[in-house]
Amino acid sequence: MKTFANLLGSAALLGASMAHAGELEVTHWWTSGGEAAAVAEFAKAFDATGNTWVDGAIAGSGGTARPIIISRILGGDPMGATQLNHGRQAEELVEAGLMLDLTELADAEGWRDIVQPTSLLDSCTLDGKIYCVPVNIHSWQWIWLSHKAYADAGVDVPTNWDEFVAAAPALEAAGKIPLAMGQQPWQSNGAFGVMAIAIAGIDAWSKVTIEKDAEAAAGPEYAKVFQAAADARAFSANSKVQDWNQATNMVITGQAGGQIMGDWAQGEFQIAEQVAGVDYTCLPGLGVNEIISTGGDAFYFPKNDDPAVTEAQLKLASVMLSKEVQVAFNLKKGSLPVRGDIDLAAANDCMQKGLEILASGAILPDGNQTLSPDTQGQIEDLMVEFWNDPSYSAADAQAAYAAIIADAD
Amino acid sequence: MDNAITPRGPKPRRRLSRANIMLYGTLIVVAMYYALPLYVMVVTSLKGMPEIRLGNVFSPPVEITFQPWVKAWSEACTGINCDGLSRGFWNSVQILIPSVFLSIVIASINGYALANWRFKGADVFFTILILGAFIPYQVMLYPIVIILREMGLYGSLWGLVLVHTVFGMPILTLLFRNYFTAIPEELFKAARVDGAGFWGIYFRIMLPMSLPIFVVAMILQVTGIWNDFLFGVIYTRPEIYPMTVQLNNIVNSVQGVKEYNVNMAATLLTGLVPLIIYFASGKLFVRGIAAGAVKG
Amino acid sequence: MSAPSKTDSAKRPVRLLRNLNAKIASIPMVATALVVFIGCTTWTVVHSFTSSKLLPKLDFVGWEQYDRLWGTRRWLVSIENLAWYGVCSMVLTLLIGFILAALLDRKVRFENTFRTILLYPFALSFIVTGLVWQWILNPDFGVQQVVRDWGWESFTFDPLYNPDIVIFGILIAGIWQGSGLIMVIMLAGLRGIDEDIWKAARVDGIPTWKTYVVVIIPMMRPVFVTALVLIASGIVKVYDLVVAQTSGGPGIASEVPAKYVYDKMFASQNLAQGFAASTMMLVSVIIILIPWAYLEFGGKKRG
Repeated sequence: MKTFANLLGSAALLGASMAHAGELEVTHWWTSGGEAAAVAEFAKAFDATGNTWVDGAIAGSGGTARPIIISRILGGDPMGATQLNHGRQAEELVEAGLMLDLTELADAEGWRDIVQPTSLLDSCTLDGKIYCVPVNIHSWQWIWLSHKAYADAGVDVPTNWDEFVAAAPALEAAGKIPLAMGQQPWQSNGAFGVMAIAIAGIDAWSKVTIEKDAEAAAGPEYAKVFQAAADARAFSANSKVQDWNQATNMVITGQAGGQIMGDWAQGEFQIAEQVAGVDYTCLPGLGVNEIISTGGDAFYFPKNDDPAVTEAQLKLASVMLSKEVQVAFNLKKGSLPVRGDIDLAAANDCMQKGLEILASGAILPDGNQTLSPDTQGQIEDLMVEFWNDPSYSAADAQAAYAAIIADAD
Repeated sequence: MDNAITPRGPKPRRRLSRANIMLYGTLIVVAMYYALPLYVMVVTSLKGMPEIRLGNVFSPPVEITFQPWVKAWSEACTGINCDGLSRGFWNSVQILIPSVFLSIVIASINGYALANWRFKGADVFFTILILGAFIPYQVMLYPIVIILREMGLYGSLWGLVLVHTVFGMPILTLLFRNYFTAIPEELFKAARVDGAGFWGIYFRIMLPMSLPIFVVAMILQVTGIWNDFLFGVIYTRPEIYPMTVQLNNIVNSVQGVKEYNVNMAATLLTGLVPLIIYFASGKLFVRGIAAGAVKG
Repeated sequence: MSAPSKTDSAKRPVRLLRNLNAKIASIPMVATALVVFIGCTTWTVVHSFTSSKLLPKLDFVGWEQYDRLWGTRRWLVSIENLAWYGVCSMVLTLLIGFILAALLDRKVRFENTFRTILLYPFALSFIVTGLVWQWILNPDFGVQQVVRDWGWESFTFDPLYNPDIVIFGILIAGIWQGSGLIMVIMLAGLRGIDEDIWKAARVDGIPTWKTYVVVIIPMMRPVFVTALVLIASGIVKVYDLVVAQTSGGPGIASEVPAKYVYDKMFASQNLAQGFAASTMMLVSVIIILIPWAYLEFGGKKRG
């Protein structure tokens, strides 16, 4: 670690000479239409303060962006700010003293009072100091159901998971795919997480995901989850798409009954001019447990020796949390704002549902916040294999899962 | 070396023999298989999105539109910058020219030294170099960041040029070494007797004879460097991101509707530079390969 | 001990200076070999014994990363896939490359056109190759759909969606991209063979195919060596193609080692695990290649 600190020392010197005051390079992976429009709101507001937003967009995901971020920091030429999922992913960077401490600004602006739920800020906090700005809330706990598919099959639209399971044979008989699933690992893992909270219940889920209790992971509650996942696997056997939005499209067109996907899916329904309650239904917590997890995106600010850059970084942090920017950004992004004190009248039905649950306090931390990316990666590998290999039994998968939880840090 | 480009195989006897029909038949079928993806790309890039959703990938466009090409070149968004691939094109050119030049110069001198001026230990280094061709690039990302930083080159164009030079070295050195080994030794010896030294022989004898192998090296490097995404994005800053970064952003945007026609147009536009060089250099390439790969 | 060794040591200072220019000219190569390839490899191997996560650090944990690596199903599947892909790709690329070259070498008309068509895929990156083939092999609007539209309703061809054969779906694209270059190399090799040999074979009445197998191929050994280095180094590094075509799916059926390395290093933020995996890749490459490379490039004198 010592050699590394030395390396960083010389790195910081280099960085200082390269940065331009007032210009802030921001790395993010928001490149699709709606996302880019949301980012533009940040840029616009930041430029209005007399600074300049230099856009460093890289499509892909954290996996593409992370080597860039680390290389830039290692190479002594850090960017001004960077998107990262808050929680465990950036922990080590903060511990190594590479990120700017925002505590002073947070205290001055009273972030503790305005950020809702406060757990979001906790994920940004290490040893009582705040290192990141949460900008939005995304929740995973939704199932999206196609009214057309159920009408075609002649059954009622389910109101919870059990009804969904019961209606599946009718859908299949009508030539529909009961459950649409993209094949990317994060989707398999996410769907499983949603089922875990809904079926195993919050206590069991917390034991496994927060306390990393391997016994609970091997226990009877989770056995039910794996059995349900095995059912879901059979329902989704014919959905051969990769991307999540292709799967969402199957729900929109009525080829599939439903999809388990985060709240970002409603953007797709919006673009397709579908109306919640008429064309589709969204059920939080699979209709079993009305609860949402509060994942989301956050921005971190790598340390820089140039006071002018630091000043610009603090300015940007402040801008990102301001009322107007929060409203403008989240409406474009289709996510919930991190401030409880603003009015989102323009939000649609599903978003309103989410806001209500949020206000009622039925919230959980996101898996990203409690499990390390390494553990997440292992679970993703397991889940993607389980979802795609019908011969992989629920019991075997559960045993493998418990082993991963036992090793989790 | 001129006769190296004429066919040497057994002569087919009659024009329309059964063997000939088989021969051309096979070649035409194979050529169709190879040309198919390019055809799909071109056709798709000329269709509108509704047509793509309805038809299959092979059907020709009913209504030709150049809109996808316009969009890919100058309108597609990368984050909040909506100026398409044009943004990275000149950056790619800026990266390409010095990288290709430097890597070829260095590899040709290496190959020349290895072929004609062997010294003790040279083979060991050469073997290490060849083994280096088998190491996955990703593994070396971080240590190279550290090396570049210590050299003061991190984040600059020249840092990236250096990286391309290093990773191009194994295969290029192998090709040059083989090529120079194949040049008749008498020429070399005669020049030595005339008193020419290391550089004298390189510039006056070897270089003038080596056009084909330089063409091969150039093609390999242009292809590799132009198509590179990883190094370009890791070792530089956004101002000099190559074109492939925009291509990645257009093609890999995880959300929203996939615009296959724009993807294909962007793909073709990005591939245009290496493709043109291929089509333009045709015969020279085979001649160079003939000389560089064959003897050894 | 005896006279020769004495003269050797007397000559040594001179020997160091001899060839001085060549040695200076080789500095870039030596530096690359030592600093980049040896240096970075050592750095990687050393860090594979640590618990580095997001940032490289030196807290050693022994063989822990390797234990975990070999206990991971995805890694084992990756190795198996690479073995299949590697062997098939090696054999098929060489075979197809050679056969095409032999066909083109028979005084074919429009040779330039054919050659260009066979070679152009090499100009396209793996990402592009993967995308196009993903599309052509897509069951909903690719080959399968076209054949069904022709009336063969039950026709099934969806290699990218069938875990048992997905690696061969990737192989189709890989060979399409790489075989043109090998064909050109082979063609060049064939052109280097003296016409007299063909004449002699014809006079002796040896059939064409037998001439190729018995006479021509053995004469083209250096060509095959270059081709092998090119193919093999590409196989070990196969990554982009898989990412573009299947992202390793369905499930983990088309995972490859380089992808495991990359995902662990950057997506899972477990650098040491990625380093351990890449060290294993390197070790296998060395075991296979060192003896061969030594014989090929080190053993004999030339020039």
